[in-house]
Amino acid sequence: MRKPTRVLTTALFAGLLLAGPVLAEDLNDPEEILTARHGYMLLMANQLAPLGAMAKGDAPYDAAAAAKAAASLAALASVDTSMLWIAGTETGALEDSDMLPEAVSDSAGRDTRFAELKTAAETLAAAAGTDQDSLKAAMGGVGAACGACHKAYRKAD
Amino acid sequence: MRRILIALALLAVLGLGLFWAATRPRPIDPDLIAGLVPDVAHGEQVFWAAGCAGCHADVDAKGGEKLILRGGQRFPSPFGTFLAPNISNDQTAGIGAWSALDLANAMLRGVSPEGAHYYPVFPYGTYSRARPQDIVDLRAFLATLPSDPTPSQPHEVGFPFNIRLGLGLWKLLYLRDGWVVSGDLTAKEDHGRYLVEALGHCGECHTPRDALGGPDLTRWLAGGPVPGGTGRFPNITPGKLDWSEADIAEYLKSGFTPDYDSAGGHMALVVENTANLSDDDRAAMAAYLKKVAPQP
Repeated sequence: MRKPTRVLTTALFAGLLLAGPVLAEDLNDPEEILTARHGYMLLMANQLAPLGAMAKGDAPYDAAAAAKAAASLAALASVDTSMLWIAGTETGALEDSDMLPEAVSDSAGRDTRFAELKTAAETLAAAAGTDQDSLKAAMGGVGAACGACHKAYRKAD
Repeated sequence: MRRILIALALLAVLGLGLFWAATRPRPIDPDLIAGLVPDVAHGEQVFWAAGCAGCHADVDAKGGEKLILRGGQRFPSPFGTFLAPNISNDQTAGIGAWSALDLANAMLRGVSPEGAHYYPVFPYGTYSRARPQDIVDLRAFLATLPSDPTPSQPHEVGFPFNIRLGLGLWKLLYLRDGWVVSGDLTAKEDHGRYLVEALGHCGECHTPRDALGGPDLTRWLAGGPVPGGTGRFPNITPGKLDWSEADIAEYLKSGFTPDYDSAGGHMALVVENTANLSDDDRAAMAAYLKKVAPQP
């Protein structure tokens, strides 16, 4: 049983040596960046879903739930996502990517648009807990901010 | 021999004459708008419903910039690339000197004040159903908007499509009266039909086009490939679009889909217009879309 043990030990040792670099490299792997980007968008959608349902009247208005979701959205909008807009993750380079190359090359424009999202999300966070009409009015600003970015940086259908 | 040549020449002249008679620009009867009193406030609603800013303002214009209609956006097509002209209030670069009749001829007949055909990239195939009163109101609203001296750029269209007389043939083939969706409609659905079929020009993209660039009405709003581009315009008939009316109205207001994705590409520009309509207008458009014949 000596031989298999040595193989196992060697394998474990090699694995330990590789583990550090592999983890560090994953953060820069285009597929991982794409997954993170999609996950970030989905997280925002998750906060928007209850807000939209209340705005549309599909769900009863709940001030506490609305305020919580809107505060979460505002927090998400303030996260630094600069590491997610990287060359090699654009449409064409990755099969599931709809990101246009301009999202990388026009980082100043992207920053401006994210700042507008943050402002709109903070306006929504301030309004969402007041009443349904305030929520409805502030949803439009967030929608416009989402649309402005998608118009500029996402491939059309 | 000489007699045959003369006969042929006469026939050619006759043919050209008939062609000209059939394809010449046809302005409206000025009586159609005579005496109509403009309502500027309603003109603004017509402006957003007709989506003027979507093409004539800068593509990344926001807020008040949407009212600077200096043109310049490019529209590639299989026939060449069209450039949106300046329709700001400038007296020379824009349409500041236009009368309500000039605007009516442009929108209802696709005819310029000089009597030339416009290319149907300007969606007069839709606007031809607009109410004269709405056009008079729109003229008054446009007159309140800023002037911009940016000159209009020429279209980049090659032979034979640069011969505008040929557009008269296109008009003979495709300009039509009446509605696509007919039958009993509620007042709400009827209002939605007007907003979609006469002003909103959804069908200009969402209805597929034939080889001559005319809409295939048998596939009304059923989507299709982007002419001269990549990708597809989605099918928005009930055969494919299964969103609720509230979902559609919300999309036209905030751009959010039922999954809280949001509109991109040119649809984001469209939503920037429909966001300025009333909730009733958007609900009417949604109700109308549910009445469209389902297409697979």
